Amino acid sequence: MRLAVIGAGAVGSSVVELAADYGHTVTAYADSQSAAVDPDGIDVEGAFERKQTDGIVGDDDPAAAVEGPYDVLVEATPTTLGDAQPGFGHVEAALTNDRHVVLANKGPVAERYADVRALERDSAGSVLFEATVGGAMPVLSTIDDFDPEHITAVRGVLNGTANFILSRMGAEGLGYEHVLAEAQDLGVAEADPTFDVDGTDAALKGVIVANVLSADDTEYTLEDADVEGIQDIEGSALELAAEDGRTVRLIAEVIEGEVRVGPRLVPEHAPLAPTGTRNIVQLETEHAGRLNISGRGAGGPETASAVLADVGRLPELE
Amino acid sequence: MSDSTDEVRSYTVRLELVDEPGALLNALDPIASNGGNLLSIFHERGNLTPRGHIPVEVDLEATPERFEGIVEALRGAGINVIQAGAERYSEAMTVVLTGHLINTDLSDTVSRIQEATNATVTDLSLSAPEGTEDASSARIRLATEQDAAEGVLDTVREVAGEKDLRVIEPLGPGGDL
Ligand SMILES: NC(=O)c1ccc[n+]([C@@H]2O[C@H](COP(=O)([O-])OP(=O)(O)OC[C@H]3O[C@@H](n4cnc5c(N)ncnc54)[C@H](OP(=O)(O)O)[C@@H]3O)[C@@H](O)[C@H]2O)c1
Repeated sequence: MRLAVIGAGAVGSSVVELAADYGHTVTAYADSQSAAVDPDGIDVEGAFERKQTDGIVGDDDPAAAVEGPYDVLVEATPTTLGDAQPGFGHVEAALTNDRHVVLANKGPVAERYADVRALERDSAGSVLFEATVGGAMPVLSTIDDFDPEHITAVRGVLNGTANFILSRMGAEGLGYEHVLAEAQDLGVAEADPTFDVDGTDAALKGVIVANVLSADDTEYTLEDADVEGIQDIEGSALELAAEDGRTVRLIAEVIEGEVRVGPRLVPEHAPLAPTGTRNIVQLETEHAGRLNISGRGAGGPETASAVLADVGRLPELE
Repeated sequence: MSDSTDEVRSYTVRLELVDEPGALLNALDPIASNGGNLLSIFHERGNLTPRGHIPVEVDLEATPERFEGIVEALRGAGINVIQAGAERYSEAMTVVLTGHLINTDLSDTVSRIQEATNATVTDLSLSAPEGTEDASSARIRLATEQDAAEGVLDTVREVAGEKDLRVIEPLGPGGDL
């Protein structure tokens, strides 16, 4: 397939780097200021070098990358709330041109799911978004395999930063601020970790799962989720939980049409109490009991591998 | 909740013990030897049953199948089991509260939860590392009637909300996930 990769950050650059390994050709690559476009395949090394030295990927305009030539548009620009722009506009352009879309960006499917599906219905192209929930973990494709109808609940630890903080607080008896600073030093937490610790990131993933599970086509957005973060969790709460063989984890839960994210008590050795940045999703199935999927929920190459797996699932276009 | 029989659940058993040395130990042995995991024991010393026995409340975890075996073994060992599992308290639930617990009258918080529901607080631990003026945490274990956990949680949320306390709720009904 020919790929247009929009976004040149951790995810976009990894997709570009790994695409050839998966048998695909990158024909367009854009960041916020520039683009490299070549119907025969862009010069990948050259684009990486220019991004390093000049902060741009090529001499073209970003709009030229969105306009083609490609079979699949890979959307890896920042996740935004509300109108989900610029990501949504890129999805719209690709589908209107009867091209496929693979999303790493959560915004369009968390905030405007119905709009995305409506565009897809009128297009020869399809939209896949495995990478938006749980990075490298095959969460959405497993739900799809089982058929959403046979899944009664989904629970998971879907934010590595929050999980790292809670598990360090529990293991070392340290306070929230201390562990957050440590996580920032280690590069586990970003300089602005707001969406990770206030539950927004986990909630967006929960909302995406709810949209996928929704049998009656009810559309969910972040506003429909009940969200609590971990910022005011006391070290003493983790201590008391530990005395009782339990711990606290930021859990996203999708059950009976409700999306809920908040710190919850779980048995210390339960599957839903992973340590460090590890993520886990537990599907409650109608006929097959509980199914756990765990793995790396973030990271450039990890997320890119989920993006490229989606590309591999798409049918050839006419 | 899945209905598999190998799923571990929490149970509260009320026993009547004779006031003799070793009676409690004798009572606990059938639990461990039948695959139960003892969580807590609430020994109401000084409080005697009408028959002059000592009531003891035991929280344990076991699969439903093993739990039946435990109750049988207890009865087989001549121990009076007055309430077991589903008969009354069938679910144990743990919540952690954080915030200004002491300034907002912790004992009032607990009694309001008990009064508004049929739940019993079987265990309470408080951690106030910075002293009574600062935020502290309390772990509260509640024995609730079957299927009443959600209603009890609603009450906990309501009381905590009024006092600006944070509730860390268990995952899953009855917190057994
Ligand atoms: N990182 C992960 O582990 C992970 C996992 C799952 C999903 N995601 C999602 O994947 C997306 C990308 O994540 P990331 O970590 O790669 O982000 P990032 O490092 O911040 O990179 C974002 C990229 O988007 C580019 N961009 C911004 N506006 C643009 C526009 N209008 N047109 C074209 N490009 C534009 C930026 O350009 P400049 O370089 O010019 O600033 C930058 O290269 C996000 O939506 C994120 O939520 C990330």
